[in-house]
Amino acid sequence: MIEIDLEKEGVRGVNSRLHSLPKDTNERHWLVKNPMGQHAIACGLDAPITVEIAGHAGFYCGGMNKQAEVIVHGHAGPGVAENMMSGIVRVDGNASQSAGATGNGGLLVIKGDAASRCGISMKGIDIVVGGSVGHMSAFMAQRGHLVVLGDAGEALGDSIYEARLYVRGKVTSLGADCIEKQMTEHHLAKLARFLDQAEIKANPHDFRRYGSARKLYNFNIDHADAY
Amino acid sequence: MCGIVGLYLKNPKLQPKLGELFKPMLIEMTSRGPDSAGVAIYRNPAKKGFTKFSLAHDDAKFGWKKLSTALKTATKKQVSVQQIGNHAIITTNAKEEAVTAWLREHHKDVRIVGSGQAIEIFKETGLPEKVYEKFDLAKAKGSHIIGHTRMATESAVTTAGSHPFATGADLCLVHNGSLSNHNRLRENLKREGLEFQTENDTEVAAAYMTWKLRQGSSLKQTLEDGIKDLDGFYTFCVGTHDGFAVVRDPIACKHAVLAETDDWVAMATEFRAIAHLPGADKAKIWEPAPQTIYNWGGH
Amino acid sequence: MDTNIPRTTPRKSATFDDYTLSEIRRAATTGIYDIRGAGAKRKLPHFDDLLFLGASISRYPLEGYREKCGTNVVLGTRFAKKPIELKIPITIAGMSFGSLSAEAKEALGNGATLAGTSTTTGDGGMTQEERGHSKTLVYQYLPSRYGMNPDDLRKADAIEVVVGQGAKPGGGGMLLGQKISDRVAQMRCLPKGIDQRSACRHPDWTGPDDLEIKLHELREITNWEKPIYIKVGGARPYYDTALAVKSGADVVVVDGMQGGTAATQEVFIEHVGQPTLACIRPAVQALQDLGMHRKVQLIVSGGIRNGADVAKALALGADAVSIGTAALVALGDNDPHLEEEYQKLGTTAGAYDDWHEGRDPAGITTQDPELAKRLDPKLAGRRLANYLKVMTLEAQTIARACGKNHVHNLEPEDLVALTVEAAAMAQVPLAGTSWIPGKNGY
Repeated sequence: MIEIDLEKEGVRGVNSRLHSLPKDTNERHWLVKNPMGQHAIACGLDAPITVEIAGHAGFYCGGMNKQAEVIVHGHAGPGVAENMMSGIVRVDGNASQSAGATGNGGLLVIKGDAASRCGISMKGIDIVVGGSVGHMSAFMAQRGHLVVLGDAGEALGDSIYEARLYVRGKVTSLGADCIEKQMTEHHLAKLARFLDQAEIKANPHDFRRYGSARKLYNFNIDHADAY
Repeated sequence: MCGIVGLYLKNPKLQPKLGELFKPMLIEMTSRGPDSAGVAIYRNPAKKGFTKFSLAHDDAKFGWKKLSTALKTATKKQVSVQQIGNHAIITTNAKEEAVTAWLREHHKDVRIVGSGQAIEIFKETGLPEKVYEKFDLAKAKGSHIIGHTRMATESAVTTAGSHPFATGADLCLVHNGSLSNHNRLRENLKREGLEFQTENDTEVAAAYMTWKLRQGSSLKQTLEDGIKDLDGFYTFCVGTHDGFAVVRDPIACKHAVLAETDDWVAMATEFRAIAHLPGADKAKIWEPAPQTIYNWGGH
Repeated sequence: MDTNIPRTTPRKSATFDDYTLSEIRRAATTGIYDIRGAGAKRKLPHFDDLLFLGASISRYPLEGYREKCGTNVVLGTRFAKKPIELKIPITIAGMSFGSLSAEAKEALGNGATLAGTSTTTGDGGMTQEERGHSKTLVYQYLPSRYGMNPDDLRKADAIEVVVGQGAKPGGGGMLLGQKISDRVAQMRCLPKGIDQRSACRHPDWTGPDDLEIKLHELREITNWEKPIYIKVGGARPYYDTALAVKSGADVVVVDGMQGGTAATQEVFIEHVGQPTLACIRPAVQALQDLGMHRKVQLIVSGGIRNGADVAKALALGADAVSIGTAALVALGDNDPHLEEEYQKLGTTAGAYDDWHEGRDPAGITTQDPELAKRLDPKLAGRRLANYLKVMTLEAQTIARACGKNHVHNLEPEDLVALTVEAAAMAQVPLAGTSWIPGKNGY
C-alpha cells in the first residue's frame, strides 16, 4: 500500500499522482492520510485502483469516478461520488447531501446516513445506504437503484422516472408521481444482490419497493398540480 | 454567500485558548468569503448592572478616550473604554437607551455594532486572516465565539454590511445563503421602528429577530416564526449569552455540519473548518436537519 | 330609422390585441401554458438604438485591408493552462443535440471551424460528430447533467457551467416528448417519447460559494487545463458577474432575454430576464470594480444579428459575443423557400417557433430523419462561415472608421443613443446632447 500525505501534497498533489497512473499500473493500492475534510479528493479517477482515505472527506470525494474503488474511512461531504461512471465508492460514516448525484453507473455504499437529495437525478448508479436518507432523495431519478435500510425523508422519488427504490424503514412522504410498487421474486433477488455487493446484511423481504406511477410522462391537465 | 463557523467550549479549561482554537476555523472559510469577516466573542462578562457596547469607527485614529469621557460627563455614570483596532468596547452602568441616544446625537459617525453583558463584536472588510490580526483575536479568551466570512451577493462590500449583525442584548446572527423576500420585510420592519444601515438581506433577518424578541417572543419561537416568515435559502447561526443556536431553511441547500466532543461543540459550513480542532477526528459529526432548531448553552 | 348614421371605425384593443386574444382562446382550450422556442420577440431597446460616431476632424480612420484591424480574442487567461484562441470575437452558443438534429450540429461545427471560432454543446451532452467537426468545442455543464461524463469533459476545449440563460433565468419545468427519439433517449438516459422535466438548479451545489468548490472539482478532473465559463441569464448582471468572478470563472457569459431556447413557456421568454442592452454595462462595471476587465473575459449573447451589433457589444466592454438564433437562420431556419410547409404548420417563414414539436421543415430543430436529411452539413456549414465572415468584416469596417486597429479598442465614447432608454441602458449620451440618464444626478 502506498501512503500519501494530503497535508503535505495538497489535493492537487494527491490527484495528480492518482491521475497520472497508467491503466495497467502496479501501484494499485493507495492510502491518503490527513484528508482534513478537503474537497475533490480522488475525483476523476480512471484506473482499477483502490484508494483509501484515512479520515473525513469534504465535497465531491470520488466525483466522476471510473473503475476505481474509493473508501472513505470517515464521513463524506456533499456530492460524494457525484456523476460516478463505474467502480465503487464506500463511505464508512455518513454522507452529506446529494450523495451519488447524477451518477451513471457503479456502486455507492454509505454505511451511515445520507442526507437530503441522495441519488438526485441518478442515471444508472446503484446506491445502498445503511442508515437513513433525507428529504428529496431520488428526486428526478432516471435510472439505477437506491436501497435504504433506514428511513426516507419527505418527498422521496419526487418526479421519478425509471429508477427503483427499496426502503426498509419509514417513508415520511412520497414525492410527485412516486408510488409503492409490488415486490416480486425478481426484485427480491436483485435487492439481495445489491446488499451482497454492499456487504450489508439485511433481509430483502423487509423492504418495500417504490417507483414511478408514470402519470407525468405525458402531460395531462388533471395532473397539473404535481408540477 | 459565505462561510459561517461557531465554537462553544464545554470544557472551561479550554477558555484561555478560545481565540487560538477558532483562528484556523475562520481562516479555512476564506475562499467562501474573501470580502469581509467578523466575529462575536463572548468573554469578560460585565458586572451586574453594567453593559458592554461594541463600537466601531472608520477612522483608526478616532478619539475613543475623549468619547468615553464625554459620555461619562453626560450620563454621570461609570464608563470605561478599551480600544481594539478600529473598534472599542465601552463598559458602563448607564442605561442602554441613554447611551444609544447620546451616541446618536453626538456621534453619528460611530457605529453601534453590538451590546450585552458578555458579547463583543468585531467586523471589517478584508481577508479573514487580516481581520483576525487587526482585532488581536488569536490570544483571546472566552466561553464561545461565532464568526463569518463574507462573499457579498446583492449588496455592497462594506463593513456595515458584514456579519455578525446584533439582534439584541448578547444576541447576534450570522448567515449563509440568500433571502428572497427581505426587501418587503425591511419596509414592514421600518414601519415598526427598526432602523437599517445597509441593503443587506442578513440585516433584515437580524432586525426581524430583534423585533420578535422585543415583543416578548422566546428565541425558540422567534426562530420558528422565522422559518415561516423568511423566504429563501439560509443557514443561520445565532450567538446567545450562553451558547449558540443553528437553524436551516426547509429546502436546506446551504450545507452545514455540527460536531461535538466532551470538550466542545462546533458548527461550520464545511467540515474542513472543524477538522483543525483537537479531537475532530473522533468527534460525533452530523448534519442539522432542515427546519429544526439546535441550541447549546440554553439562552 | 335613419340609415345614414355613420359608424365609427372598428377598433382593436392595443391591450387585447390579436395575439393576446388567440392566446386566451388557446389556454382556455388546452389547459396548458404555451411552449415555444426562440427568444423574446417583442420590441425592446437594443443595439439598433445606438450609433457609432465614426471618423471626423479629430479622429482618423484606418484604410481598409492595408491597415490592419485585429479581431482575435483569447478566452480563459485567468486560470487555464490552455486558454482558447479564436480568430473572431463571435462564438456559437450552446444548443443541444436533441433540440437540433445531428446534421445541424455538424453544420455548426463545420462553419465555426472554417471561421476560426468555437461551438458549444447543449443540454444533452457531447456527440462524436460535434467533437469531430468542431475544432474548438465548449462543453456545457448544466443542471440536468444529461450525458455528462469525465471523458467528454477531458475532450472539451472549455467548460461552460450554465447557471441560467436569457430566455429563462430560473427555468426548469416541463418539455413535451416528441423529440426524445431513440438516440436522444439513450444519451439522456430517459425513456423514449416522454415529456422531459428539467431541473432549474444544479443537483449538487447552490450559490457562488459552493460553485467555487464545484469549479475546483472540475479543474481537478481536467488537470486545470481548460477555461471555465459561467453562463447567466440577464437577471442581476452586476452581482452575477461579480459572483462569477469570485467563484473562480475564467470567462463570464451573459445572455439577455432575446437569447433563444429550444423550448420553454412563452411567459418565461417574454417576461423574465432583462434585454441584452441593459446587461452589458453592469457586467463590465462589475469586472472593472474587481480589477478584472479583460482578465476575466465577458461574452455577451441574446439578439446579436450583424457586425454592428458585434461592434457595439465590444464597444460597451464585452470581449466577444455569441450567436444562437442567428446561426440557425444562417443554416436555413425559417427560410421563405419553405413557405408552403410553414403554412401547413399554421405559421409563416420568420415566425416559426414551435421547435419542440420536432417538425421543422428546414431539418434543423428536428429529430425526424426524413426532415433532417434536408440539411446538407457541408453546404450549411459554408453558409454559416460566410455569415460569420460578413459580421466580422462589418465590425472591422466600423472599427476602422472609428480609428481602431483592433475591435477591442472600441469604447463607449464611440457611441451615442437614439432614445432615452438606450442612453440609460448603454450609459452613452443621447445623440446631440451630453445627457446620460441616471449619471451625474439627472
